[in-house]
Amino acid sequence: MASEKGVMLLDFWVSPFGQRARIALAEKGVQYEYKEENLTEKSELLLKANPVHKKIPVLIHDGKPVCESLIIVEYINEVWSDKAPLMPSDPYQKAQARFWADFVDKKVYDCGSRLWKLKGEEQQAAKKEMIEILQLLEAQLGDKKYFGGDSFGFVDVAFVPFTSWFYSYETCANFSVEGVAPKIAQWAKRCMERESVAKTLYDPKKVYEFVCFLKKKFGVE
Amino acid sequence: MADLGEEVKLIGSSNSLFSSRPRVALKLKGVDYDFLQEKWWQKSDLLLESNPVYKKIPVLIHNNKPVCESMIIVEYIDETWTSKGPSILPSDPYDRAMARFWTAYSDDKFPSLLRVLTGPVPGEIPEAREQFVASLQLLEAALEKCNKGKIFFGGDDIGYLDIALGSHFGWIEATEKLAGIRLLEKEKVPRLAEWCEHYFGHPAVKDIMPMTEELVAFATEVKSSFSAPAK
Repeated sequence: MASEKGVMLLDFWVSPFGQRARIALAEKGVQYEYKEENLTEKSELLLKANPVHKKIPVLIHDGKPVCESLIIVEYINEVWSDKAPLMPSDPYQKAQARFWADFVDKKVYDCGSRLWKLKGEEQQAAKKEMIEILQLLEAQLGDKKYFGGDSFGFVDVAFVPFTSWFYSYETCANFSVEGVAPKIAQWAKRCMERESVAKTLYDPKKVYEFVCFLKKKFGVE
Repeated sequence: MADLGEEVKLIGSSNSLFSSRPRVALKLKGVDYDFLQEKWWQKSDLLLESNPVYKKIPVLIHNNKPVCESMIIVEYIDETWTSKGPSILPSDPYDRAMARFWTAYSDDKFPSLLRVLTGPVPGEIPEAREQFVASLQLLEAALEKCNKGKIFFGGDDIGYLDIALGSHFGWIEATEKLAGIRLLEKEKVPRLAEWCEHYFGHPAVKDIMPMTEELVAFATEVKSSFSAPAK
């Protein structure tokens, strides 16, 4: 990559990890070039920008690549610090934000994948785990507007992309997010009122179509 | 000397290399703390209360408020005691992203590889060793790129990534002894080998990292307690 000035994001349309970066950039009002990657045929640029993991998203800022979605979000927050702070200023609140964003990272995607990949008892176990995850997050949210309090913050950015997967999780595993974690369901609706989120997330039914495509691809039925 | 009104406790274990991370950070900052040692076979009530989500060490308790996850604790220490000691994280956002990236990489790779290398299935060792050595090569290249000719990943002094890696590298000698293999070969990764010597000799590190013999004894003790009882 030449040291081209500007911001580019290598991404995949439905990736919740890529969406974290997109939402953060939108919150900050950063102009960038979006490049859709074909994950079955990764571009030279992607392989060069992320040789270690070869994964999206990758943010390329003035020719320098930043990888791993939460690292990208922190980077965006630190570089474009004049607008829409995504982290609290208090070190203890920051530590809490990092902890819960990391929790979402460790738990939600993997458990969610097991909900649509598995059947029978294994799927039931994944469902039980997902309900626990949602309830833990709900306890953390409490009666706040956002995880960040009054401001949309780091944990909100980390978790909100997965809200467009709720419909898929509910349909595959037969449960209701609103039923098990109503505050999370309300929080998801509030987040959709933000332009950055509404313009980034896809319709849950479209995400479900993608999940069905994945199920066919992995021979799950 | 602890600042007036400050109460700093760390729940951890002297054998736990994840616990060593906040300990090195606190030492760098010159912050006094109570070290509450956990027994590995039995979790204390305080730990279960302070880290209900994962129930794991280390946990920093600062004025009764718990902080969990070792590198989150290190960042918290850096951001709280700003006027004391060196900065642990670099100031430039790109350098910070690099430090976080390689920390995440090593946390993802090394614990599972080290487990296999000291584990009960010898057949799995050659492949794990190959992967481990390949990871070291990547870190060697990263060190060349990001330390700007200085010894540590953090530059003139140890920083975030040095502390993160140090906790995995602390296990290397012990693993080499337990598995009877070589992992860190000076000829192949000269910069890393030099970094290792300097890191483990650093005043903030050397009295904290357990000795190889202690780790070997600890690993052997844990392993034998999980073995099936003799008939």
